[in-house]
Amino acid sequence: MEAHAVDRVRTEPKAAEHRAPRRKWVRPVLLWFAVFLIFVFCLFPFYWLVNVSLKTGSDLASSDLIPPNPTLDNYSSVFDNGDFTSALRNSVIVTSITTILALIFGSFAAYALARLRFPNKFLLLAVILSISTFPPIAIAAPIFKLWSDIGFYDTYIGLILPYLTFALPLAIYILTSFFKEIPRELEEAALVDGATYFQAFRKVVLPLAAPGLVTAGLLTAFFVWNEFLLAQTLTSSPKAYTVPVSIANFTGSQKFEIPLGTISAASVVIVVPLVFLVILFQKRIVAGMTAGAVKG
Amino acid sequence: MEAATARLGRGGKRRKKRGYGSEERRLATLLLSPALIVIALVAAYPIGYAVWLSLTEYSVRVPGKWRFVGFDNYTEAFGSPDFWAAVKNTFIFTGLSVSLELVIGLGMALAMHAAFKGRGLLRTVVLVPWAVVTVVSAITWRTLFEPNLGLAPQILEAVGIGQGVVWLGQEGYAMAVMVLADVWKTAPFMALLLLAGLQVIPDDVYDAAKVDGATTWQRFRRITLPLLVPAILVALIFRTLDALRIFDLPFVLTGGTNGTETLSLIAQQELTTNNLIGYGSALSVLTFVIVMGVSFLYIRTVGGNIRSLAEDN
Repeated sequence: MEAHAVDRVRTEPKAAEHRAPRRKWVRPVLLWFAVFLIFVFCLFPFYWLVNVSLKTGSDLASSDLIPPNPTLDNYSSVFDNGDFTSALRNSVIVTSITTILALIFGSFAAYALARLRFPNKFLLLAVILSISTFPPIAIAAPIFKLWSDIGFYDTYIGLILPYLTFALPLAIYILTSFFKEIPRELEEAALVDGATYFQAFRKVVLPLAAPGLVTAGLLTAFFVWNEFLLAQTLTSSPKAYTVPVSIANFTGSQKFEIPLGTISAASVVIVVPLVFLVILFQKRIVAGMTAGAVKG
Repeated sequence: MEAATARLGRGGKRRKKRGYGSEERRLATLLLSPALIVIALVAAYPIGYAVWLSLTEYSVRVPGKWRFVGFDNYTEAFGSPDFWAAVKNTFIFTGLSVSLELVIGLGMALAMHAAFKGRGLLRTVVLVPWAVVTVVSAITWRTLFEPNLGLAPQILEAVGIGQGVVWLGQEGYAMAVMVLADVWKTAPFMALLLLAGLQVIPDDVYDAAKVDGATTWQRFRRITLPLLVPAILVALIFRTLDALRIFDLPFVLTGGTNGTETLSLIAQQELTTNNLIGYGSALSVLTFVIVMGVSFLYIRTVGGNIRSLAEDN
């Protein structure tokens, strides 16, 4: 777009004309080179991981870019590993429950913040948002002790509660801005037609806020799937530990004999679903990521 | 729910009069409380408890036995070279990775902004590193720098960097890999925030500058950069907050050896590996204080956003 605009303007002032022919090809070439670099930078390490995951034995001592003897052995040993499959199940359960609860509690709170009038709203939002910046390590010790005392250590609920705490601020923030954009008149029309407030919320506001729910849900799910410090601190067995913990502890077991092929395969397995979500929901995810920044 | 619905109805009528209806307030409390209770129980209360724990010492041998030690844990931290090493590493890591991310992210954002044809595809590509679980990103970079298997040392040796270096096994080099892994995963995030900032700059500002004969560089320097400052600021603070909390990368890349031990990492290790609840809590509280300083800046920067959300319409 800009390149065309430059040409259009430059044909008028004669002084600049001698530069125009050079610029015509320099700009697109530079641009395509930059785009190429972005592709390589972003995708090569992921390709590399897949490459390593297809290598076994002595191939793991060579840096070939294409596995000389590609094999799916690493993948079958990953799925034969009971600890990893239970970690996968734990992650799916903890992620889904946290996401659903964050959306329910988050949309209640966001509706109040967007629609109802009460004092100290600014302060409340600022406090909620600052919670999302807490370093997880700050609550790791007390929660670890507390959970040990009341029996939440190494359980799903022991993970879901802190995750909910860190996920809610962002969910509330995103949903509040989405709710605010829905014209109040639509609800009022529904109320005039005899709907209760709850019906108006469920039948008018929620469907219109669906993109916001998808965005908040995706970001919550990505956060929970990715979280490591709390999972590492608050779980200790395949009963509750999640995939990042399982993969990281693969690494730590034996210092000089690390099953890099298997770890890479496990890594690919836990990242592929996320890559698909990114491809499907790119717009929604970007909207959520930038929600806090654009208007700034 | 029935009762709530009834109250909603009355609150709605009251709203037409000015002032806060007490029914409306009660409903707001009802709707906000589940979220606020969870947040208070699992964030606010534990922070207070952490401060308390940091003033105590728990026996490693006899479970449940403890005593009050005042500020001893803090004195110990301030006198410990390990603590200062972690502070230094955390700040070096944050400074290096955040500034590299800004430069690379800005470059990516400008390219994406100019490439109007493939922008959707580019945005998807850029989101791939962001979507990669941090632990996995650490493993990827670990395998890239592994002796024999890794490709990166060979490429770098070819251009004369790090002859015969075991990258993850040497101080300085291990930090470089950690920074690289972080930049790979999060520069895209920076790029997308800055791209959003670029997209809200109106085109006619540029058109006017072009008519006045401004060069591309002048337009970037005098128009794009100044107008992008708010977006850059938010992105920088976001990333600084994250980088100061870094834990996953050193844990997987080096286990916190060779000059990569960070604040969160040593605190977690004192807590779980060494079972020093009091001392570990003191380290956690210190990390918390440092991060909250930056967090305060963040809230001030996005204050306008929060205020507009908090306004009644």
